[in-house]
Parts: sequence; C-alpha cells; structure tokens
Amino acid sequence: MLKILKYSIYDLLRSRWSYVYFFFYLVLAFVLFFLNNDLDKAITTIMNIVVILTPLIGTIFGVMYYYNSKEFTELLLAQPIKRSTIFMGQYLGISLSLTLSLVLGIGIPFVFYGLFHSAAIFNFSLLLLIGFFLNFIFVALAFNIAVSVDNKIKGFGYAILMWLFFAVIYDGIFMTLQMSFNEYPIDKFSLVATTLNPIDLSRILIMLKLNLSALLGYTGAVFKEFYGSALGFFVAMFILFAWIFLPVLRLKSKLKQKDF
Amino acid sequence: MIQIEKLHKKFGKLTVLDGLDLTIEKGGIFAILGPNGSGKTTLIKCLLGMVVPDKGEVKLNGKSVLKQWAYRNELNYLPQIANFPTNLSVKELIAMVKNLRPKAANEQELIDLFGLNPFLKKKLGNLSGGTKQKVNLVLTFMFDSDLIILDEPTTGLDPIALIYLKELINKAKQAGKTVLITTHIMSLVDELADEIVFLLDGKIYFKGSVNALKKQTEQESLEHAIANLISKQYA
Repeated sequence: MLKILKYSIYDLLRSRWSYVYFFFYLVLAFVLFFLNNDLDKAITTIMNIVVILTPLIGTIFGVMYYYNSKEFTELLLAQPIKRSTIFMGQYLGISLSLTLSLVLGIGIPFVFYGLFHSAAIFNFSLLLLIGFFLNFIFVALAFNIAVSVDNKIKGFGYAILMWLFFAVIYDGIFMTLQMSFNEYPIDKFSLVATTLNPIDLSRILIMLKLNLSALLGYTGAVFKEFYGSALGFFVAMFILFAWIFLPVLRLKSKLKQKDF
Repeated sequence: MIQIEKLHKKFGKLTVLDGLDLTIEKGGIFAILGPNGSGKTTLIKCLLGMVVPDKGEVKLNGKSVLKQWAYRNELNYLPQIANFPTNLSVKELIAMVKNLRPKAANEQELIDLFGLNPFLKKKLGNLSGGTKQKVNLVLTFMFDSDLIILDEPTTGLDPIALIYLKELINKAKQAGKTVLITTHIMSLVDELADEIVFLLDGKIYFKGSVNALKKQTEQESLEHAIANLISKQYA
C-alpha cells in the first residue's frame, strides 16, 4: 500500500492543481493578516472558508482523480496487488496531499505572524484538525460516488450535488424545520441534526472554541453545554471518524464486486 | 494449467459468458478467437481477476484464483489498449511496474530490441500509438512467467516490431511457457498458434488445431474457416 500511496502522492504533486490550492490558502491567509493583524479574527474568517471550500475541493479532486487515473488503475489491477490496497493507497494519497496543501498554505502565514507566541495556537490546531477530517470525509464520499457511477459526467454531477446538499441544502431544510416548529422545544433536535452533518459539526466546533456561540442565541447555549464538555467533544470526534469509516467500508465492499 | 468451469457473466441484461468450460494445458500457443463482443476480453479479465464472474470457477495450476491476487505475479498480461498515465515518462513507468512486482526483469534487452532508447525520457502522453504498444510489450515481456496473456498484441505495430513480437512469442513457447493470444489477424494465428479456441455466444464453439478446424469447416484457408464459423452467428 505504501508504494501505491507514494506513486499517488508523487502523481498529485506533479499536477499543478495541488499548487493552485496551496497558493490559494497562502495568499488568502497573507491578505487577511495584511488587512488585520489579529490571529483570532483571521482564524474565524479562514474557518468560514475552510468548512465550505475543503469539502468542495475534496469532492472535486476525489472524483476527478478516480476518473482520470482509470488507466493507471487498470495497469495496477493486472499486477500482483490486492484490489483494496490499490484504492486505499489512492484514497490516502489524495486526502493526504490535500491536507498537506491546506496545512502548509495556511500554516506558513500563521507561523510568520507569530502563531507560536500566541494563545491562538489551540484554535489553529483545531482548525487544521477539522480541515483534515473534512478532506478525508469528502474524498471518501467522492470515491464512493465515482465507484458506483461509470459515466464521468453523471458522477461529477452527483458529486457536486452531494457537496451542495451538505453545504447548503441541509442547512436550508434544517432552518425551515426550525422556523415551522418554532413553538416547540427543538434544541435537542437541533443538536442531533447539526451533529449528523460533518460540515455543520465542524463549523459549530470551531465557533464554540472561538467563543462565538453567543451569536447562536439560546440554541448556542445548548450547543456550548454539550460540545464544551469533554464528552461532547469526544462524541463529535467519534462522529467525524464515523464519517470517514463508513464510506470507506462501503467503498471496500463495492470494490469487491466491481468489474474493470 | 488453466481450468475454467461453468463460467457465467452478465453485464446488465447482456449475457457475455454463458456456462463456459475451458481447459488449457501447459506449454504452447493458444489463439482465442471469436467475433466482436463474443467475450474474449471478458474471459481474459476473469482470469486476471479484473472482472468478477457471476458463477463458475477459474483455476490456475489447480488453485482457484477468484478473489486472490498473489497469483498475478506468475503471469504477464498485455492489455488491449495501451492506456498509461500520461504524465509519467517511459523510464518512470517501467521502474514503477518493476517496483510493484517482486520479480527480476530484463527490460534493457527489450528496450534495445524495440528501439525505445530515444523515448525513455518522453512523457507517455506524447507517444504515438505504436510506440505506446511497444512500451506495453516491454512491460509484458520483461518478467519471466509461465503464463503470458496477450490481448490484441499487434495493434499499431510496424512490420519490424511485428517480426520481433513473433520471435518473442516463439521464444516463450520454446521455453515451455503457455501463451494466450486474442487477435483478429488470421495470418498471425496461422503462423503461430498450436491450438485455436473459438468463442461464440459465450461458449467455446470449437477447440483444436488449425488443421482440425480447416477439416471440419471444409475450407482451404484459415481465414475462410473462421469466417465460416462466424457466419453461423449471422445466419
């Protein structure tokens, strides 16, 4: 598996998109510091971008890589290598190289502006951790779609829809429900509904760490009580892990039956 | 060497292999023939584990290969269309395949034979179809395995490369290896094949020597004999 991983990363590091992605974060972070020299504010702004953009890029990279490396995959399938090893190697390769772009892209400016001498380092680590999870989750989901749909255009469409669902539509439905059931105690429901969407969960986790929960009103207080506790944080991490684990599991079982 | 028992495979509603039985003994050159879409490639891919059959058994040297992977070290496969990662150079690709297989390789000899030295540093995306096929042949023949599977090996090759390819195949035969070839070029079959396996409607329609086929169909040339077999499908 390490060999496949090595070749996938090598392959991706030669494509210019990894660099475009890296430079995007680099420029973004430097511009934010140029405009405002406050680490915490910069983290808040970047968080808002990271929770939307990393899933989108992870999704697009995931499906694109799968369809574009079809030839490479077929070459590998005729070699004495286990099927699941090939795909796990590729999956880890993309997820790691995307995470690397993210960590270096926003890491360098932060270090440059004195991250290690400030208290913001914990919030910053959380931001990176969330970025890591979102990359791994959405690349896994994208791979699932690509494996199930042989038509490239359709697969791409479904992948974008999937991202749109988690990033926008889910919130829309959630808000509509909250509005219509305004008169009932729905804080428990909100808590569960937020937990089930990895993007929402990531956003809430960072907002709470940055003490922005006051913006959320009464629901924010419920969130703070739950996720602020060690148990809540543990549950959140567990769910993020499950979001990686379950798609990978499905991917593996799907691959066993697939014809190339 | 190869035993295939009651192999079934459907793609959606299309039945490609319909209870196919085939036994191939060790040593010799076997030509797998059949009209377009008769399941030649599917049969080979079942043997390689790239296609998962619905029913049936595939055995190599007495051991089932279904859901296995280590056995692929004991066979060399030439895919039908030479699709390679476009941003790798020829040298990197060869190094990569060598790295993935725990086996000694004699690639330099083959690179010299096919005159690929000037192309070693070029990206695979920039090569012509014929040159890609030569690279494909190097990748296939550089390992020493008892079973060699060639899917349309002649595609895009110039006459000289074709002569070298025939030599390579004959050499493999003399070394006691088993070679499976699918092709539509009958002169190649006539020249090389010890035995013909003819696929029709997902089953083996004929298996035997070239002469036996000519006798059975009462045709002088192999081309007409095969045409005679195929025409039954159109009738």
